[in-house]
Amino acid sequence: MKKSALFGSVTVFALAASGAMAAEGDTLKEVKARGVLNCGVNTGLVGFAAPDANGNWTGFDVAYCKALAAAVLGDATKVKYVPTTGQTRFTALSSGEIDVLARNSTWTFQRDTDLKLDFVGVNYYDGQGFMVRKDLGVSSAKELDGATICIQTGTTTELNLADYFKANNMTYQPVNIDSNAEGEQQYMAGACDAYTTDASGLAATRAAFADPENHIILPEIISKEPLGPAVRHGDNNWGDIARWTLFALVAAEEYGVTSANIDELSKSSQNPEVQRLLGTSDDLGKMMGLDAEWAKRAIKVQGNYGEIFAATIGEQTPIGLARGLNAQWTQGGLLYAIPFR
Amino acid sequence: MSNPDPRSVAFVRKTMLPPEPPPARASGAVLWLRENLFSGPLNILLTLIGLGILWLIFSTLWPWLSNSVWNAESMADCRKIIAAAHGPDASGACFAIIKHRWNQFVFGFYPSDLYWRPVLAFGTLFLALAPVLFADSPKARRIVTGLAVALTFVISAVLGATVVELGGMAILMLAWVYLIETRTGPVVLASLIYPFFAVWLLWGGTIWEPAMALAGFVLGFVVWRALSAYGMFAFAAAVVVAAFWWLALSDIVSRGIATVLPMRLAPVSSDQFGGFVLSITIGVSGIALSLPLGVILALARRSDLPIIKIMAVIFIEFIRGVPLITLLFVASLLLNYFLPPGTNFDIILRVIIMVTLFASAYMAEVIRGGLAALPKGQYEAADALGLDYWKAQRLIILPQALKISIPGIVSTFIGMFKDTTLVVFVGLFDPLKAMSDTIRASFEWKGAYWEPYIFVGSIFFILCFGMSRYSMYLERRLKRDHR
Amino acid sequence: MVDYPGAANPPFRLSMLIYDRRYRSLTIQAVVFILVMLFASWLIDNTLKNLAIMGKTLSFDFLFRRAGYDIPQQLIPYNSDDTHLRATTVGLLNTLQVAILGCISATIVGVIVGVLRLSSNWLIARLMTVYVEIFRNIPLLLWILVILAIFTEVMPAPNAYRGENPAASMIMFDMIAPTNRYTAVPSIGMSNPPGVIAIGREGISWAFIAYVTVLLLAYLGHRFLKERAQRIQDETGNRPTTWWIILAMYVLPVLFLTWYFGLHLIPPVLRGFNFAEGTNLDNAFVVLWLALTLYTGAFIAEIVRAGILAVSKGQSEAAFALGLRPRRTMRLVVLPQALRVIIPPLISQYLNLTKNSSLAIAVGFMDLRGTLGGTTLNQTGREMECMVLMMGIYLVLCLVISAGMNVFNNSVRLKER
Repeated sequence: MKKSALFGSVTVFALAASGAMAAEGDTLKEVKARGVLNCGVNTGLVGFAAPDANGNWTGFDVAYCKALAAAVLGDATKVKYVPTTGQTRFTALSSGEIDVLARNSTWTFQRDTDLKLDFVGVNYYDGQGFMVRKDLGVSSAKELDGATICIQTGTTTELNLADYFKANNMTYQPVNIDSNAEGEQQYMAGACDAYTTDASGLAATRAAFADPENHIILPEIISKEPLGPAVRHGDNNWGDIARWTLFALVAAEEYGVTSANIDELSKSSQNPEVQRLLGTSDDLGKMMGLDAEWAKRAIKVQGNYGEIFAATIGEQTPIGLARGLNAQWTQGGLLYAIPFR
Repeated sequence: MSNPDPRSVAFVRKTMLPPEPPPARASGAVLWLRENLFSGPLNILLTLIGLGILWLIFSTLWPWLSNSVWNAESMADCRKIIAAAHGPDASGACFAIIKHRWNQFVFGFYPSDLYWRPVLAFGTLFLALAPVLFADSPKARRIVTGLAVALTFVISAVLGATVVELGGMAILMLAWVYLIETRTGPVVLASLIYPFFAVWLLWGGTIWEPAMALAGFVLGFVVWRALSAYGMFAFAAAVVVAAFWWLALSDIVSRGIATVLPMRLAPVSSDQFGGFVLSITIGVSGIALSLPLGVILALARRSDLPIIKIMAVIFIEFIRGVPLITLLFVASLLLNYFLPPGTNFDIILRVIIMVTLFASAYMAEVIRGGLAALPKGQYEAADALGLDYWKAQRLIILPQALKISIPGIVSTFIGMFKDTTLVVFVGLFDPLKAMSDTIRASFEWKGAYWEPYIFVGSIFFILCFGMSRYSMYLERRLKRDHR
Repeated sequence: MVDYPGAANPPFRLSMLIYDRRYRSLTIQAVVFILVMLFASWLIDNTLKNLAIMGKTLSFDFLFRRAGYDIPQQLIPYNSDDTHLRATTVGLLNTLQVAILGCISATIVGVIVGVLRLSSNWLIARLMTVYVEIFRNIPLLLWILVILAIFTEVMPAPNAYRGENPAASMIMFDMIAPTNRYTAVPSIGMSNPPGVIAIGREGISWAFIAYVTVLLLAYLGHRFLKERAQRIQDETGNRPTTWWIILAMYVLPVLFLTWYFGLHLIPPVLRGFNFAEGTNLDNAFVVLWLALTLYTGAFIAEIVRAGILAVSKGQSEAAFALGLRPRRTMRLVVLPQALRVIIPPLISQYLNLTKNSSLAIAVGFMDLRGTLGGTTLNQTGREMECMVLMMGIYLVLCLVISAGMNVFNNSVRLKER
């Protein structure tokens, strides 16, 4: 009898754990029924998404997950962070394991069409760069002919690198790595002359070194890497929610709405745009199946885009990234929230 | 031979001389050295090479180990302490990382105030296994159960379990030990209930969910016993009734009871599992599930029924022909394709299923070897006694075949337990790579490579070596023939 | 079933499908078959539905599209403009390379360690026991990571070989330079190359063909001489000395060819960032190979030890009594019997090694999983096709290995009548 008992517990496990069952195509309903947002994040990239000693996730991408959870569920802590690797991230999304992917993923044509993803916007304009040791005496990526380069497999950077060296008629020796941690290890040990990934990632990696001053990031940015959250193709309403949560964070910065003054502004602001955003006048949330104060909650979690940026990867943090392209359009950057109307 | 003439012999000794000690070269340590280390030119050479290897290992590792630092806040701190104590060029181990983050290596992201739950689950595992593992050696059993109870209690207390929790644990475990010592019959039932209890402890939530799942088995068993006169029908009916219970009723009933009598533990979600808690959870469930599955597959492969045999062969050869890593990728990438649209279940569970299937194919081959090694007379004797197929298997064939296959079974277990580290490649936090990488990603512990490997490696070694020693012990105990 | 004469076959009734053993087995098989088929069709149906929802179709067209990524170590020419299919082939060849080399070296390590464990030398026997137990009881992944860490942390960077007073120096007569990226070894050059026959994009040098031919001829000559010696021994009782003829047959033509083609080693030279001229063996490959060798070697050592212990002592004593010398005793009596015990578990170790080579993922070595199941899968998003193809290839690989080894096994097996 024992063996049949054990055999059957497979079934039991399956039944006990198969919580998430819902009609496909209605992610919002599913998330609300579940009460938890499943958010796909990086397995560990300091500044963007990394668990601390107690397993609390923090970072730039994580902040977006929290804002989305606050908008949809009213509670920023109701997020389950699903660590995904470069290999598993898109499948996790298309198979429904996660509701939204916020894992510094580049928006490309093929991913948007062939992989059946919907990128809802760009939360970080990035580009691929190279980091080298100062004592290598290299000041331009054009001088890297014949160099050994550490590269993460399964990323767009792998393709860009091949294209760049081909276009410039140079050769290189790739050292394939599986995770950022491994890349750091190899680069630090000198197993590669240069480490290439998104410039933001390079900055984050360099910041964590014991001797950041001995490493330089070369001026060439060899690709455009618009990083943004993605959702499954086909559920437009859920896509709208993800998109406008992102825009709400960006717009909040533009209109000067911060986590500190948001309560006050929602009562007193005379700016009709702010009133609509915070749900004081029109009920925009209803059009997406949310309540009026969705954006207010999203912004309240960790503040607007600027605050999140400053708290996770900005110049005051060890990562020390400048706003650059990610400044508001009014400041000469590319961030441009679509009107809330 | 003739006796010599006494007159022609000058001297005849009449007394016995006391025995002389053997010469120094042929006794004691010198003899041992001569025989074991320096018995010939080749042996001398080998000894010298061996000493050289030992010296090489010792001279590289010893300074590093002897300079080790156990109290520091970060890697930089460590280096400073070592430089201050042993000079600027000295290198040393920084085991402070283990001291600082051991809880993550062991428990992953499990909530720290609930650490007593995995500890209790692990401790009671030994209580559940002791009656089975040490069936005919009360002494060994008492040592194991005593140690398990004491250690569980002490460790939980140290890890900060509350008085109420400690009291509950003490009552539960002492009652169980009492049961083990007094009632050998009912205690097997307790062991059967253990998996459900462990699931409840680890994942939390209301007790009624696993309880109702268990109720399905009880229901099936009752139906089977009640209808046993009808042979095959009884089994089919039992399966149908149990399945119906699980699919349609158990959820409603458990929810119903839960509203009246909650019996809840704080729920812990699967993404909080990590470190050795994850490895051992996957390993133990894989072991527990793959053995029965392996027995069934082995019987199917040796069956007279061609269709069943072919299916078993295809399944076993397919699983054995692909690397575990691809099966894990199937679990994480493809399994959702095979299930009805919208279904999605826990990644840990998916991994457990894949690991179980993987191990069961190997297990089936090991057990098949045992079945084949059994003399044909045993099968014929069972037939002669008029036993039907299942009775013959249960009473005569399997007990002997499993006994022969114990070394193989245990080495399959060990292999599977080691393979649980591969879950890192599907994004779970195994202790070896994912946890070390996560800890190294923090600013304080950048560059700590060797210490986590040594720590995790030693724990794996202890667990696996323990298992292999147990299998040798069991082999000795079960060796009833050829004495 | 025995039919007793006179016992009339009862007429067939439906209930006999269950109660009569003759029909019951059919019933069981039919029921199981139907259930399994239902389950399979359920899975396929789900898959099709899911694919339809995602708007994907099953198609292997992606294999013929441009791959776009580079592969560090390749046995056949490949660049980023080639197709995914070619990338897959490169990956498969890399898998085969590490698997074959791993099997060979693991066997060598295993045999040596297995024999040494039985040595009368106390120290060596203990050392080998420690090695075997440590490697068998700790996950392979850890060994791969540890060896990788040794290579990246302890080995010098190529830069260390630079300058007047280099921090590191090359070993083996300035021929080999281990670095933390690759091990630079000499490559083979010819001053009088005989040209190349091209097969597609691959070229096979005539020199290679010449060497293979010469060695093959030498082997045939070797066999002939041995048979002749055996015949003479059978007839006269004296075995003619042949070893120097055989040695000459192998060595002389090879030496001649080497002289004729002007074969020489080209030592690696530091140029730019890296070593050039020689061959750079990727560390990912070396690490994986080393880890697989040491790990599987420990298992093979146990198998070898058990095999030798399984031959009872009486066998070698009988051989000595017949007047055979220890070496011949080993070759003619002990080894053939031990092999019978050793081969079957050895096959499964070879299979394990081949499958474990997929742990290349931990060092970034581009094997089959790294190309087809890694980058290609990722860039194209065809997880279903890629996974099915990859599992199929591994399956075929394993079946071929076990079939080949089974043939060998049958040749050493006790011929039973």
